[in-house]
Amino acid sequence: MEKKLNLEQEKIERARMAAASVAEGVMGEIKPRTTVAVERTILRLLGVDGIDEAEIPLPNVLVEKLQGAQALPCGVAHWMGRAILATGKNPQEIAREVADGKMDLLDQPLYGDEEIRRALEPHVREGLEWIRDQRRRRAKFLETLGTGPKPLLYVIVATGDIYEDVIQAKSAAEQGADIVAVIRSTAQSLLDYVPYGATREGFGGTFATQENFRIMRQGLDEIGEEVGRYIYLVNYCSGLAMPEIAAMGALERLDMMLNDAMYGILFRDINMQRTFIDQHFSRMINGYAGIIINTGEDNYLTTADPYEAAHTVLASQFINEQLGLRSGLANEQLGLGHAFELDPEKEDGWLLEVAQAQMAREIFPDAPLKYMPPTKYMTGDIFKTHLVDGMFNLAGVVTGQEIQLLGMLTEAIHTPHIHDRAMAIDNARYIMNNARHLGEEIFFKPGGRIQKRAQQVLDEALEMLEKISGIGLPRAINEGWFGGISRSPYGGKGLEGVVEKEENYFNPFMEEMAGEREGSPNAD
Amino acid sequence: MQIDEKRIRAYGDTFNDGMIQVSFSLPVEHGPKGDEAARILAGKMGLEEVEVAFSRDLGQGFSYYIVYGRCPAYVDLTQLQISQVEVEAMDYYEINRFIEERIGPPLVVVGACTGTDAHTVGLDAIMNMKGYAGEYGLERYPQFHAHNLGSQVPNVDLISHAVEVEADVILVSQVVTQKNVHLENLTNLVELLEAEGLRERFLLIVGGPRISHEMALELGFDAGFGPGTLPPEVATYIAQEIYRRKRSDSGKSGE
Repeated sequence: MEKKLNLEQEKIERARMAAASVAEGVMGEIKPRTTVAVERTILRLLGVDGIDEAEIPLPNVLVEKLQGAQALPCGVAHWMGRAILATGKNPQEIAREVADGKMDLLDQPLYGDEEIRRALEPHVREGLEWIRDQRRRRAKFLETLGTGPKPLLYVIVATGDIYEDVIQAKSAAEQGADIVAVIRSTAQSLLDYVPYGATREGFGGTFATQENFRIMRQGLDEIGEEVGRYIYLVNYCSGLAMPEIAAMGALERLDMMLNDAMYGILFRDINMQRTFIDQHFSRMINGYAGIIINTGEDNYLTTADPYEAAHTVLASQFINEQLGLRSGLANEQLGLGHAFELDPEKEDGWLLEVAQAQMAREIFPDAPLKYMPPTKYMTGDIFKTHLVDGMFNLAGVVTGQEIQLLGMLTEAIHTPHIHDRAMAIDNARYIMNNARHLGEEIFFKPGGRIQKRAQQVLDEALEMLEKISGIGLPRAINEGWFGGISRSPYGGKGLEGVVEKEENYFNPFMEEMAGEREGSPNAD
Repeated sequence: MQIDEKRIRAYGDTFNDGMIQVSFSLPVEHGPKGDEAARILAGKMGLEEVEVAFSRDLGQGFSYYIVYGRCPAYVDLTQLQISQVEVEAMDYYEINRFIEERIGPPLVVVGACTGTDAHTVGLDAIMNMKGYAGEYGLERYPQFHAHNLGSQVPNVDLISHAVEVEADVILVSQVVTQKNVHLENLTNLVELLEAEGLRERFLLIVGGPRISHEMALELGFDAGFGPGTLPPEVATYIAQEIYRRKRSDSGKSGE
């Protein structure tokens, strides 16, 4: 890619180093701890699924029992391994018996650690093999069907009813969508469990459940064959059940996950420690499953001023990159986020947007950048919004973005109607096709407005990152450096689910995923 | 041309032509049958001289239509009664001065997106330091103590927080919803306040893109603010209403 902004490489490297030191600080906080969500995820990957009579998911039933008995510090795998050795049953049978009150997970004979690991091994292998199969299946589809030209066109469905969502998603794919995200029901991020089964009612979206994932996956595979393009499926790997959702997505072949390092802390007031631990394991799973994560930097611009806060987006992209790499994600899996959110009334606003988008492109050359549409200043004037969305699409194609979340002309009015989506896709296809290679034909005037703006944003981001590396990320968040929102390390929801590990704690999946990564990074 | 206020019709390019445009989708395959269905549907809406200007396929057995027609319906302006929060917005400095001079101590405002609502854009526009469209939010005003509780706050928590900080005003934001959950949640807040005997203690305001002042009054709120509201409008209303109440209270007690 040709560089157009004359950014100083030395500053980019310094910013990356500062972000790396910030990430190291966070990793130090993560390692000695686990969470109830991480432990439930281990159970899910071991094949535990289903609900009890009170409709509580079995992973919750088991983990709550262990936590109630203060037995979680050595990890759920330890207890499950002992139960397997004692009974010869598989994890799902054991979970069911525990839920039915027929077995006490805590009252099992003692075994040595090595024995326990060996007992778990076939189940661990089975879970991982399933995920690798899904990864291979995706690779095969991508090879035979291929995808649309980049930027890929990303639309959302959000009817609340998974079966209705499938209809809307298929229609969108027929119109030209490449990526379909199923927006989650509004309150789901604050549920400390994952609902079960197919769901037909939600608020502002559809519940993320494993069955819903499966239903949508099947629908998109069908329509993908018909239209001759692989259609990517996206969901939300965030909130209190973040790693469980990662596991479900890996098992059901989702292709992308919204999975930001700080989003839950800032915008959902989820405890900081909890979030960092949960996001680390969820990212390991996403990395292993070949899932592209989408980070949420666009959100800062909805609460802070989009012009003044532009550098916080870049700083956060650096931090998300460094944390992501440390969780085993490849650069090609880092869908770093940013957004087209400047006030449409601003003179030369489009130039500034291009500067920011081109800057992200040059600083993160291998990342499939995720570009978010205008929302903040959209008013319900559908005709104006449609036009602003067109300018956003032009900025996306001219700066080589890869994942373009399409703006809807009915932004600020309702979740999209079927024709809103069709018009958004039309808008993007027309503009992107019409200006497909514009980016290759132009460069920016040395010392001109676009170059200067990008250099200024980089300077400010560098300054911010070097300050954060001095005080640590938790303090920076506490002082409201991102999105103008302040959160304390001991505040927020879910802190009670953070557990200090004991010496004999182990997470067999984390060990395997980390081990295989070191052995052969791109085995598939 | 004299406009007849008793008979206001839609205007295209000639008075009283009644021209309007409508667009919609039908669960019908795209084709002549779909076009005819769209034309008839527009006719049943009361449109005359209907023209299906454009139609297209949406896949999965759906199709989309853009329709023009003349709408014979009219409105009698002289019969309309509009309820609206009637304030002439003061600016940032005027509001602070007004509160300081006529009310006294700073006013305490507690704001939240309640229930399942996670969309804080509207609330932040009014409350955040930076505000919206160049207008500072309430947090910036020295004469307001603003507490932004954020999103997905249960009604009970909102009330207990308001009591704790001795709030003068509760500001609720409700944004995107399906199936009218936002209405149930707003009604629930009023009921809870009434049950606790706290309703009169707070000035109760709701804002959001589907909120109107009339609807707010029906739900038992003191005021409602719709889309496009700027912080000074809300701030002015709060200052003037609290001043008005203070005066009428002191009137009652004969001071």
